[in-house]
Amino acid sequence: MLRVDRLAKRFGGYQALAGVDLAVEPGTVHAVIGPNGAGKTTLFNVITGILPPTEGDVSLEGRDITGWRADRVTRAGIARTFQQVRLFRGMSALENVMVGRHARTRGGFGAALIRPPFRERGEEAETRRRAQELLELVGLAARAQTSGGDLTLVEQRRLEVARALASDPRLLLLDEPAGGMTPVEVEDLNQLIRKIRESGGTVLLVEHHMRLVMRVSDVVTVLDAGRVIASGSPDTVRRDPRVIAAYLGRDA
Amino acid sequence: MLDSYEESVLIFLGINMVLALSLYLPISAGQLSLGHGGFMAIGAYVTVICTTWLGWPLVAGLAGGGLAAALAGAVVGFPALRIKGIYLIILTMGFGEIVRIFFLNFEPTGGASGIGGIKHLTTLPLVMGVAALMLLCLMRFRGARIGRALRAVQEDEVAAEAMGVNLTRVKVAAFALGALGAGIGGGLYAHQALFIDPGQFGFFRSAEIFLIVVLGGLGTYWGPVVGAAVVTLLPELLRFVQDWRMTVFGSLLVLCAVLRPAGLLSGRRRPAV
Repeated sequence: MLRVDRLAKRFGGYQALAGVDLAVEPGTVHAVIGPNGAGKTTLFNVITGILPPTEGDVSLEGRDITGWRADRVTRAGIARTFQQVRLFRGMSALENVMVGRHARTRGGFGAALIRPPFRERGEEAETRRRAQELLELVGLAARAQTSGGDLTLVEQRRLEVARALASDPRLLLLDEPAGGMTPVEVEDLNQLIRKIRESGGTVLLVEHHMRLVMRVSDVVTVLDAGRVIASGSPDTVRRDPRVIAAYLGRDA
Repeated sequence: MLDSYEESVLIFLGINMVLALSLYLPISAGQLSLGHGGFMAIGAYVTVICTTWLGWPLVAGLAGGGLAAALAGAVVGFPALRIKGIYLIILTMGFGEIVRIFFLNFEPTGGASGIGGIKHLTTLPLVMGVAALMLLCLMRFRGARIGRALRAVQEDEVAAEAMGVNLTRVKVAAFALGALGAGIGGGLYAHQALFIDPGQFGFFRSAEIFLIVVLGGLGTYWGPVVGAAVVTLLPELLRFVQDWRMTVFGSLLVLCAVLRPAGLLSGRRRPAV
Protein backbone atom coordinates (compact mmCIF):
# COMPACT_ATOMS: atom_id res chain seq x y z
CA MET A 1 0.00 0.00 0.00
CA LEU A 2 2.48 2.63 1.19
CA ARG A 3 6.16 2.13 0.41
CA VAL A 4 8.90 4.34 1.74
CA ASP A 5 12.37 3.72 0.30
CA ARG A 6 15.66 5.10 1.66
CA LEU A 7 13.87 8.23 2.79
CA ALA A 8 16.21 10.90 4.10
CA LYS A 9 15.54 14.38 5.45
CA ARG A 10 18.26 16.78 6.49
CA PHE A 11 17.69 20.11 8.23
CA GLY A 12 20.96 21.97 7.73
CA GLY A 13 23.49 19.84 9.63
CA TYR A 14 20.84 17.75 11.37
CA GLN A 15 19.91 14.40 9.85
CA ALA A 16 16.29 13.87 10.96
CA LEU A 17 15.75 10.83 8.73
CA ALA A 18 18.73 8.77 7.55
CA GLY A 19 17.41 6.33 4.98
CA VAL A 20 14.11 4.95 6.31
CA ASP A 21 12.46 1.94 4.62
CA LEU A 22 8.87 1.17 5.47
CA ALA A 23 6.12 -0.91 3.87
CA VAL A 24 2.55 -0.63 5.13
CA GLU A 25 0.31 -3.55 4.11
CA PRO A 26 -3.31 -2.86 3.24
CA GLY A 27 -5.84 -3.49 5.99
CA THR A 28 -3.31 -3.32 8.81
CA VAL A 29 -2.56 -1.02 11.69
CA HIS A 30 1.12 -0.17 11.49
CA ALA A 31 2.73 1.71 14.38
CA VAL A 32 5.94 3.74 14.29
CA ILE A 33 7.52 4.18 17.69
CA GLY A 34 10.81 5.51 18.94
CA PRO A 35 12.34 7.85 21.48
CA ASN A 36 11.79 11.61 21.23
CA GLY A 37 13.69 13.05 18.28
CA ALA A 38 13.76 9.71 16.46
CA GLY A 39 12.19 11.33 13.38
CA LYS A 40 8.62 10.02 13.62
CA THR A 41 6.80 13.28 12.98
CA THR A 42 9.33 14.26 10.30
CA LEU A 43 8.55 10.95 8.58
CA PHE A 44 4.85 11.85 8.61
CA ASN A 45 5.51 15.35 7.33
CA VAL A 46 7.59 14.06 4.42
CA ILE A 47 5.05 11.36 3.51
CA THR A 48 2.18 13.88 3.48
CA GLY A 49 4.02 16.52 1.47
CA ILE A 50 4.33 19.11 4.21
CA LEU A 51 8.13 18.81 3.96
CA PRO A 52 10.07 17.84 0.82
CA PRO A 53 12.42 14.88 1.28
CA THR A 54 16.17 15.29 0.83
CA GLU A 55 16.47 11.82 -0.71
CA GLY A 56 14.40 8.69 -1.22
CA ASP A 57 10.98 7.77 -2.56
CA VAL A 58 7.41 7.50 -1.30
CA SER A 59 4.79 5.61 -3.23
CA LEU A 60 1.12 4.86 -2.60
CA GLU A 61 -0.35 1.77 -4.25
CA GLY A 62 2.45 1.74 -6.79
CA ARG A 63 2.12 5.44 -7.63
CA ASP A 64 5.16 7.61 -6.95
CA ILE A 65 4.06 10.52 -4.74
CA THR A 66 7.52 11.72 -3.66
CA GLY A 67 7.61 15.47 -3.09
CA TRP A 68 3.96 16.01 -4.02
CA ARG A 69 2.22 19.02 -2.52
CA ALA A 70 0.12 18.22 0.55
CA ASP A 71 -3.25 18.78 -1.15
CA ARG A 72 -2.32 16.38 -3.97
CA VAL A 73 -1.19 13.74 -1.48
CA THR A 74 -4.58 14.03 0.23
CA ARG A 75 -6.40 13.63 -3.07
CA ALA A 76 -4.21 10.60 -3.80
CA GLY A 77 -5.64 8.98 -0.67
CA ILE A 78 -3.57 9.80 2.42
CA ALA A 79 -5.18 11.76 5.27
CA ARG A 80 -3.59 12.70 8.56
CA THR A 81 -4.04 14.15 12.01
CA PHE A 82 -1.55 16.44 13.72
CA GLN A 83 0.34 15.92 16.94
CA GLN A 84 -0.15 19.60 17.83
CA VAL A 85 -3.86 19.66 17.05
CA ARG A 86 -4.54 21.90 14.04
CA LEU A 87 -8.30 22.33 13.91
CA PHE A 88 -10.08 25.27 12.33
CA ARG A 89 -10.83 26.71 15.74
CA GLY A 90 -13.36 29.33 14.67
CA MET A 91 -15.45 26.82 12.73
CA SER A 92 -17.94 24.38 14.21
CA ALA A 93 -17.07 20.72 14.63
CA LEU A 94 -19.41 19.90 11.76
CA GLU A 95 -17.82 22.51 9.48
CA ASN A 96 -14.38 21.15 10.32
CA VAL A 97 -15.39 17.72 9.05
CA MET A 98 -17.09 19.29 6.02
CA VAL A 99 -13.79 20.99 5.11
CA GLY A 100 -12.29 17.51 5.36
CA ARG A 101 -14.55 16.52 2.43
CA HIS A 102 -12.86 19.15 0.25
CA ALA A 103 -10.62 16.65 -1.50
CA ARG A 104 -13.60 14.57 -2.63
CA THR A 105 -15.97 17.34 -3.71
CA ARG A 106 -16.04 19.94 -6.44
CA GLY A 107 -17.21 23.49 -6.91
CA GLY A 108 -15.59 26.91 -6.54
CA PHE A 109 -16.79 30.50 -6.58
CA GLY A 110 -19.02 30.00 -9.61
CA ALA A 111 -20.71 26.90 -8.22
CA ALA A 112 -21.35 28.73 -4.95
CA LEU A 113 -23.21 31.47 -6.83
CA ILE A 114 -25.44 29.26 -8.93
CA ARG A 115 -26.37 26.72 -6.27
CA PRO A 116 -30.07 26.72 -5.39
CA PRO A 117 -30.99 29.08 -2.56
CA PHE A 118 -32.49 28.07 0.82
CA ARG A 119 -31.94 24.35 0.44
CA GLU A 120 -28.84 22.24 0.11
CA ARG A 121 -28.96 19.71 -2.66
CA GLY A 122 -26.77 17.12 -4.27
CA GLU A 123 -23.17 17.16 -3.23
CA GLU A 124 -23.54 19.75 -0.49
CA ALA A 125 -26.29 17.81 1.27
CA GLU A 126 -24.21 14.66 0.87
CA THR A 127 -21.19 16.43 2.41
CA ARG A 128 -23.24 17.43 5.45
CA ARG A 129 -24.74 13.96 5.85
CA ARG A 130 -21.34 12.29 5.63
CA ALA A 131 -19.86 14.78 8.13
CA GLN A 132 -22.64 14.03 10.60
CA GLU A 133 -22.03 10.30 10.22
CA LEU A 134 -18.34 10.75 10.95
CA LEU A 135 -19.05 12.90 14.02
CA GLU A 136 -21.23 10.08 15.25
CA LEU A 137 -18.44 7.56 14.59
CA VAL A 138 -16.01 9.48 16.81
CA GLY A 139 -18.67 10.21 19.43
CA LEU A 140 -19.03 13.94 18.80
CA ALA A 141 -22.55 14.07 17.31
CA ALA A 142 -23.79 16.10 20.28
CA ARG A 143 -20.98 18.64 19.80
CA ALA A 144 -21.59 19.28 16.08
CA GLN A 145 -22.31 22.99 16.53
CA THR A 146 -19.52 23.68 19.05
CA SER A 147 -16.61 25.58 17.58
CA GLY A 148 -13.37 23.63 17.27
CA GLY A 149 -11.55 25.84 19.74
CA ASP A 150 -14.15 25.27 22.46
CA LEU A 151 -13.79 21.48 22.48
CA THR A 152 -11.64 19.72 25.07
CA LEU A 153 -8.24 18.51 23.90
CA VAL A 154 -9.44 14.92 23.74
CA GLU A 155 -12.53 15.93 21.73
CA GLN A 156 -10.27 17.94 19.44
CA ARG A 157 -8.12 14.87 18.76
CA ARG A 158 -11.22 12.85 17.95
CA LEU A 159 -12.51 15.60 15.70
CA GLU A 160 -9.21 15.55 13.83
CA VAL A 161 -9.71 11.85 13.17
CA ALA A 162 -13.23 12.50 11.82
CA ARG A 163 -11.95 15.37 9.67
CA ALA A 164 -9.19 13.16 8.23
CA LEU A 165 -11.63 10.30 7.54
CA ALA A 166 -13.88 12.70 5.64
CA SER A 167 -11.50 12.58 2.66
CA ASP A 168 -12.18 8.81 2.29
CA PRO A 169 -8.48 8.05 2.74
CA ARG A 170 -6.99 4.75 1.73
CA LEU A 171 -4.33 5.34 4.34
CA LEU A 172 -4.91 7.22 7.60
CA LEU A 173 -1.92 8.70 9.42
CA LEU A 174 -2.45 9.35 13.13
CA ASP A 175 0.23 11.43 14.86
CA GLU A 176 0.10 10.69 18.60
CA PRO A 177 -3.67 10.46 18.81
CA ALA A 178 -3.58 9.32 22.46
CA GLY A 179 -1.67 12.37 23.74
CA GLY A 180 -3.26 13.69 26.92
CA MET A 181 -5.89 10.94 27.14
CA THR A 182 -6.97 9.06 30.26
CA PRO A 183 -6.92 5.23 30.19
CA VAL A 184 -10.67 5.12 29.47
CA GLU A 185 -10.27 7.54 26.56
CA VAL A 186 -7.33 5.52 25.22
CA GLU A 187 -9.57 2.46 25.26
CA ASP A 188 -12.19 4.38 23.20
CA LEU A 189 -9.44 5.31 20.75
CA ASN A 190 -8.37 1.67 20.57
CA GLN A 191 -11.94 0.71 19.64
CA LEU A 192 -12.11 3.51 17.07
CA ILE A 193 -8.88 2.41 15.34
CA ARG A 194 -10.15 -1.19 15.28
CA LYS A 195 -13.41 -0.01 13.74
CA ILE A 196 -11.50 1.85 11.03
CA ARG A 197 -9.47 -1.26 10.22
CA GLU A 198 -12.53 -3.50 10.22
CA SER A 199 -14.21 -1.25 7.68
CA GLY A 200 -11.24 -1.84 5.38
CA GLY A 201 -9.03 1.09 6.37
CA THR A 202 -5.27 1.09 6.75
CA VAL A 203 -3.70 3.03 9.59
CA LEU A 204 -0.17 4.29 10.14
CA LEU A 205 0.23 5.40 13.71
CA VAL A 206 2.89 7.35 15.60
CA GLU A 207 2.36 6.87 19.29
CA HIS A 208 4.17 6.98 22.63
CA HIS A 209 1.45 5.15 24.50
CA MET A 210 2.99 1.65 24.55
CA ARG A 211 -0.04 -0.19 25.86
CA LEU A 212 -2.13 1.14 22.99
CA VAL A 213 0.58 0.38 20.41
CA MET A 214 1.04 -3.18 21.63
CA ARG A 215 -2.71 -3.86 21.65
CA VAL A 216 -3.82 -2.23 18.43
CA SER A 217 -0.94 -2.75 16.00
CA ASP A 218 -0.32 -5.56 13.56
CA VAL A 219 3.18 -4.34 12.78
CA VAL A 220 5.48 -2.10 14.77
CA THR A 221 8.47 -0.26 13.32
CA VAL A 222 10.97 1.27 15.69
CA LEU A 223 12.90 4.39 14.71
CA ASP A 224 15.96 5.70 16.49
CA ALA A 225 18.01 8.67 15.35
CA GLY A 226 16.35 8.65 11.93
CA ARG A 227 16.93 4.95 11.22
CA VAL A 228 14.75 1.85 11.44
CA ILE A 229 16.25 -0.35 14.15
CA ALA A 230 13.54 -3.02 14.25
CA SER A 231 10.30 -3.95 12.58
CA GLY A 232 7.84 -6.80 13.11
CA SER A 233 4.96 -7.97 15.28
CA PRO A 234 4.48 -6.20 18.61
CA ASP A 235 5.82 -9.21 20.50
CA THR A 236 9.05 -9.61 18.55
CA VAL A 237 9.74 -5.90 18.66
CA ARG A 238 9.15 -5.75 22.39
CA ARG A 239 11.82 -8.39 23.00
CA ASP A 240 14.33 -7.01 20.51
CA PRO A 241 17.51 -6.10 22.41
CA ARG A 242 18.20 -3.12 20.12
CA VAL A 243 14.78 -1.68 20.95
CA ILE A 244 15.29 -2.11 24.65
CA ALA A 245 18.68 -0.46 24.33
CA ALA A 246 17.26 2.50 22.40
CA TYR A 247 14.59 3.12 24.99
CA LEU A 248 16.52 2.38 28.17
CA GLY A 249 20.14 3.11 27.23
CA ARG A 250 22.90 0.82 26.00
CA ASP A 251 23.62 -0.84 29.31
CA ALA A 252 20.11 -1.86 30.21
CA MET B 1 -36.74 63.48 -1.84
CA LEU B 2 -33.02 63.64 -1.39
CA ASP B 3 -31.26 66.85 -2.23
CA SER B 4 -28.15 66.57 -4.38
CA TYR B 5 -25.82 66.80 -1.38
CA GLU B 6 -27.54 63.91 0.38
CA GLU B 7 -27.59 61.89 -2.79
CA SER B 8 -23.89 62.39 -3.39
CA VAL B 9 -23.08 61.38 0.19
CA LEU B 10 -25.11 58.20 -0.24
CA ILE B 11 -23.41 57.44 -3.56
CA PHE B 12 -20.01 57.75 -1.89
CA LEU B 13 -21.33 55.51 0.88
CA GLY B 14 -22.25 52.92 -1.76
CA ILE B 15 -18.84 53.20 -3.42
CA ASN B 16 -17.12 52.70 -0.06
CA MET B 17 -19.32 49.66 0.54
CA VAL B 18 -18.29 48.21 -2.83
CA LEU B 19 -14.61 48.81 -2.07
CA ALA B 20 -14.80 47.42 1.45
CA LEU B 21 -16.81 44.34 0.42
CA SER B 22 -14.23 43.63 -2.28
CA LEU B 23 -11.37 43.84 0.24
CA TYR B 24 -13.27 41.61 2.66
CA LEU B 25 -12.85 38.59 0.38
CA PRO B 26 -9.02 38.43 0.36
CA ILE B 27 -8.92 39.41 4.02
CA SER B 28 -11.26 36.53 4.85
CA ALA B 29 -8.65 34.24 3.27
CA GLY B 30 -6.00 35.74 5.53
CA GLN B 31 -4.53 38.13 2.96
CA LEU B 32 -4.19 41.60 4.43
CA SER B 33 -3.89 44.16 1.67
CA LEU B 34 -3.03 47.85 1.84
CA GLY B 35 -2.92 48.17 -1.93
CA HIS B 36 -6.59 48.29 -2.75
CA GLY B 37 -6.28 51.90 -3.92
CA GLY B 38 -4.04 50.61 -6.70
CA PHE B 39 -6.69 48.22 -8.02
CA MET B 40 -9.24 50.99 -7.68
CA ALA B 41 -7.00 53.28 -9.77
CA ILE B 42 -6.65 50.67 -12.52
CA GLY B 43 -10.43 50.21 -12.54
CA ALA B 44 -11.08 53.96 -12.59
CA TYR B 45 -8.67 54.73 -15.44
CA VAL B 46 -9.66 51.75 -17.59
CA THR B 47 -13.37 52.44 -17.09
CA VAL B 48 -12.94 56.08 -18.10
CA ILE B 49 -10.89 55.05 -21.16
CA CYS B 50 -13.68 52.65 -22.17
CA THR B 51 -16.59 55.03 -21.58
CA THR B 52 -15.14 58.42 -22.49
CA TRP B 53 -12.63 57.57 -25.21
CA LEU B 54 -14.20 54.45 -26.72
CA GLY B 55 -17.79 55.46 -26.08
CA TRP B 56 -18.82 52.24 -24.36
CA PRO B 57 -21.86 52.23 -22.08
CA LEU B 58 -21.06 52.50 -18.37
CA VAL B 59 -21.77 48.85 -17.50
CA ALA B 60 -19.38 47.64 -20.21
CA GLY B 61 -16.80 50.15 -19.03
CA LEU B 62 -17.14 48.91 -15.44
CA ALA B 63 -16.70 45.34 -16.65
CA GLY B 64 -13.55 46.37 -18.51
CA GLY B 65 -12.17 48.25 -15.51
CA GLY B 66 -13.01 45.37 -13.19
CA LEU B 67 -11.37 42.80 -15.43
CA ALA B 68 -8.22 44.88 -15.84
CA ALA B 69 -7.96 45.20 -12.07
CA ALA B 70 -8.64 41.47 -11.62
CA LEU B 71 -5.81 40.69 -14.02
CA ALA B 72 -3.46 42.88 -12.00
CA GLY B 73 -4.79 41.17 -8.87
CA ALA B 74 -3.92 37.73 -10.21
CA VAL B 75 -0.41 38.93 -11.10
CA VAL B 76 0.14 40.42 -7.62
CA GLY B 77 -1.57 37.40 -6.04
CA PHE B 78 1.22 35.00 -7.02
CA PRO B 79 4.11 36.66 -5.17
CA ALA B 80 1.64 37.39 -2.37
CA LEU B 81 1.18 33.63 -1.87
CA ARG B 82 4.50 33.18 -0.20
CA ILE B 83 4.26 35.90 2.41
CA LYS B 84 1.87 36.72 5.19
CA GLY B 85 0.86 39.32 7.73
CA ILE B 86 2.83 42.55 7.86
CA TYR B 87 5.11 41.48 5.00
CA LEU B 88 2.12 41.07 2.73
CA ILE B 89 0.90 44.49 3.85
CA ILE B 90 4.24 45.98 2.80
CA LEU B 91 4.13 44.20 -0.57
CA THR B 92 0.62 45.43 -1.30
CA MET B 93 1.54 48.96 -0.20
CA GLY B 94 4.41 48.83 -2.65
CA PHE B 95 2.02 47.71 -5.38
CA GLY B 96 -0.34 50.61 -4.64
CA GLU B 97 2.55 53.07 -4.92
CA ILE B 98 3.75 51.54 -8.19
CA VAL B 99 0.30 52.01 -9.71
CA ARG B 100 0.04 55.59 -8.47
CA ILE B 101 3.48 56.51 -9.81
CA PHE B 102 2.76 54.73 -13.09
CA PHE B 103 -0.30 56.93 -13.71
CA LEU B 104 1.60 59.97 -12.46
CA ASN B 105 4.09 59.51 -15.29
CA PHE B 106 1.79 58.05 -17.92
CA GLU B 107 1.08 60.99 -20.24
CA PRO B 108 -1.75 59.44 -22.32
CA THR B 109 -4.00 59.55 -19.24
CA GLY B 110 -2.91 63.05 -18.33
CA GLY B 111 -0.10 62.22 -15.90
CA ALA B 112 -0.26 64.32 -12.75
CA SER B 113 -3.03 66.52 -14.10
CA GLY B 114 -5.38 63.56 -14.42
CA ILE B 115 -8.49 63.22 -16.56
CA GLY B 116 -11.33 65.70 -16.30
CA GLY B 117 -14.69 66.12 -17.98
CA ILE B 118 -15.89 62.62 -17.09
CA LYS B 119 -19.63 62.25 -17.55
CA HIS B 120 -21.78 61.88 -14.46
CA LEU B 121 -23.14 58.39 -15.00
CA THR B 122 -23.00 56.86 -11.53
CA THR B 123 -26.44 56.81 -9.94
CA LEU B 124 -27.55 55.88 -6.45
CA PRO B 125 -29.58 52.80 -7.52
CA LEU B 126 -26.63 51.53 -9.61
CA VAL B 127 -24.13 51.89 -6.77
CA MET B 128 -26.42 50.33 -4.20
CA GLY B 129 -27.30 47.57 -6.66
CA VAL B 130 -23.62 46.71 -7.17
CA ALA B 131 -23.03 46.74 -3.41
CA ALA B 132 -26.06 44.52 -2.81
CA LEU B 133 -24.92 42.13 -5.53
CA MET B 134 -21.46 41.86 -3.95
CA LEU B 135 -22.99 41.28 -0.52
CA LEU B 136 -25.16 38.56 -2.03
CA CYS B 137 -22.09 36.92 -3.61
CA LEU B 138 -20.27 36.90 -0.27
CA MET B 139 -23.35 35.36 1.38
CA ARG B 140 -23.47 32.67 -1.29
CA PHE B 141 -19.77 31.88 -0.87
CA ARG B 142 -20.03 31.64 2.91
CA GLY B 143 -22.09 28.48 3.23
CA ALA B 144 -20.55 26.69 0.25
CA ARG B 145 -17.51 24.52 -0.24
CA ILE B 146 -15.35 27.41 -1.42
CA GLY B 147 -16.39 29.60 1.52
CA ARG B 148 -15.44 26.90 3.99
CA ALA B 149 -12.11 26.50 2.21
CA LEU B 150 -11.44 30.25 2.50
CA ARG B 151 -12.15 30.24 6.22
CA ALA B 152 -10.02 27.13 6.66
CA VAL B 153 -7.12 28.85 4.86
CA GLN B 154 -7.50 31.87 7.13
CA GLU B 155 -7.53 29.67 10.25
CA ASP B 156 -4.65 27.32 9.41
CA GLU B 157 -3.00 27.06 6.02
CA VAL B 158 -1.10 23.84 6.76
CA ALA B 159 -4.24 22.04 7.93
CA ALA B 160 -6.29 23.44 5.03
CA GLU B 161 -3.74 22.14 2.53
CA ALA B 162 -3.78 18.77 4.28
CA MET B 163 -7.55 18.68 3.63
CA GLY B 164 -6.87 18.92 -0.10
CA VAL B 165 -7.33 22.68 -0.47
CA ASN B 166 -5.15 24.00 -3.29
CA LEU B 167 -3.74 27.06 -1.54
CA THR B 168 -2.43 28.66 -4.73
CA ARG B 169 -5.72 28.49 -6.51
CA VAL B 170 -7.86 29.64 -3.59
CA LYS B 171 -5.62 32.51 -2.55
CA VAL B 172 -4.95 33.86 -6.04
CA ALA B 173 -8.67 33.61 -6.86
CA ALA B 174 -9.63 35.46 -3.67
CA PHE B 175 -7.09 38.17 -4.41
CA ALA B 176 -8.17 38.53 -8.05
CA LEU B 177 -11.87 38.64 -7.14
CA GLY B 178 -11.12 41.28 -4.52
CA ALA B 179 -9.29 43.28 -7.18
CA LEU B 180 -12.23 42.84 -9.54
CA GLY B 181 -14.56 44.43 -6.99
CA ALA B 182 -12.09 47.25 -6.32
CA GLY B 183 -11.83 47.91 -10.06
CA ILE B 184 -15.60 48.20 -10.38
CA GLY B 185 -15.63 50.47 -7.33
CA GLY B 186 -12.97 52.61 -8.99
CA GLY B 187 -15.05 52.92 -12.16
CA LEU B 188 -18.12 53.96 -10.19
CA TYR B 189 -15.98 56.45 -8.30
CA ALA B 190 -14.62 58.01 -11.50
CA HIS B 191 -18.12 58.61 -12.88
CA GLN B 192 -19.17 60.24 -9.63
CA ALA B 193 -16.05 62.32 -8.92
CA LEU B 194 -15.95 63.42 -12.60
CA PHE B 195 -12.24 64.14 -12.31
CA ILE B 196 -9.53 61.59 -11.48
CA ASP B 197 -5.83 62.00 -10.85
CA PRO B 198 -3.27 59.58 -9.38
CA GLY B 199 -3.27 61.34 -6.02
CA GLN B 200 -6.84 60.19 -5.28
CA PHE B 201 -5.77 56.53 -5.29
CA GLY B 202 -2.70 56.74 -3.11
CA PHE B 203 -1.87 55.19 0.21
CA PHE B 204 -4.56 57.10 2.10
CA ARG B 205 -7.28 55.61 -0.11
CA SER B 206 -5.96 52.09 0.53
CA ALA B 207 -5.72 52.79 4.25
CA GLU B 208 -9.30 54.12 4.31
CA ILE B 209 -10.68 50.96 2.68
CA PHE B 210 -8.64 48.82 5.06
CA LEU B 211 -9.92 50.89 7.99
CA ILE B 212 -13.54 50.39 6.89
CA VAL B 213 -13.15 46.61 6.83
CA VAL B 214 -11.31 46.34 10.13
CA LEU B 215 -13.61 48.84 11.84
CA GLY B 216 -16.69 46.94 10.70
CA GLY B 217 -15.30 43.62 11.88
CA LEU B 218 -14.09 40.54 10.04
CA GLY B 219 -16.49 38.01 11.53
CA THR B 220 -19.32 38.73 9.09
CA TYR B 221 -19.83 40.21 5.63
CA TRP B 222 -22.08 42.87 7.20
CA GLY B 223 -18.93 44.28 8.79
CA PRO B 224 -17.79 46.17 5.65
CA VAL B 225 -21.32 47.59 5.21
CA VAL B 226 -21.47 48.96 8.75
CA GLY B 227 -17.85 50.14 8.57
CA ALA B 228 -18.54 52.00 5.32
CA ALA B 229 -21.60 53.65 6.86
CA VAL B 230 -19.62 54.87 9.86
CA VAL B 231 -16.59 56.09 7.89
CA THR B 232 -18.71 57.84 5.22
CA LEU B 233 -21.58 59.27 7.24
CA LEU B 234 -19.92 60.17 10.52
CA PRO B 235 -17.72 62.97 9.08
CA GLU B 236 -20.83 64.41 7.40
CA LEU B 237 -22.86 64.25 10.61
CA LEU B 238 -19.97 65.90 12.43
CA ARG B 239 -20.00 69.01 10.22
CA PHE B 240 -21.55 71.01 13.08
CA VAL B 241 -18.24 70.91 14.98
CA GLN B 242 -16.65 72.59 11.93
CA ASP B 243 -12.85 72.78 12.17
CA TRP B 244 -12.73 70.04 14.79
CA ARG B 245 -14.58 67.58 12.56
CA MET B 246 -11.72 65.22 11.66
CA THR B 247 -10.29 65.44 15.18
CA VAL B 248 -13.58 64.30 16.66
CA PHE B 249 -13.88 61.63 13.95
CA GLY B 250 -10.38 60.34 14.73
CA SER B 251 -11.14 60.27 18.45
CA LEU B 252 -14.31 58.26 17.82
CA LEU B 253 -12.28 55.75 15.78
CA VAL B 254 -9.81 55.40 18.65
CA LEU B 255 -12.75 54.88 20.98
CA CYS B 256 -14.08 52.13 18.70
CA ALA B 257 -10.68 50.45 18.69
CA VAL B 258 -10.63 50.46 22.48
CA LEU B 259 -14.23 49.35 23.06
CA ARG B 260 -14.65 46.95 20.11
CA PRO B 261 -11.13 45.74 19.23
CA ALA B 262 -12.45 43.03 16.90
CA GLY B 263 -14.65 45.46 14.96
CA LEU B 264 -18.11 46.91 15.45
CA LEU B 265 -19.81 43.69 14.38
CA SER B 266 -17.37 41.33 16.03
CA GLY B 267 -18.99 37.94 16.15
CA ARG B 268 -17.77 35.03 18.17
CA ARG B 269 -14.66 34.79 16.07
CA ARG B 270 -11.30 36.14 17.10
CA PRO B 271 -9.92 39.10 15.16
CA ALA B 272 -7.79 37.99 12.23
CA VAL B 273 -5.41 40.94 12.43
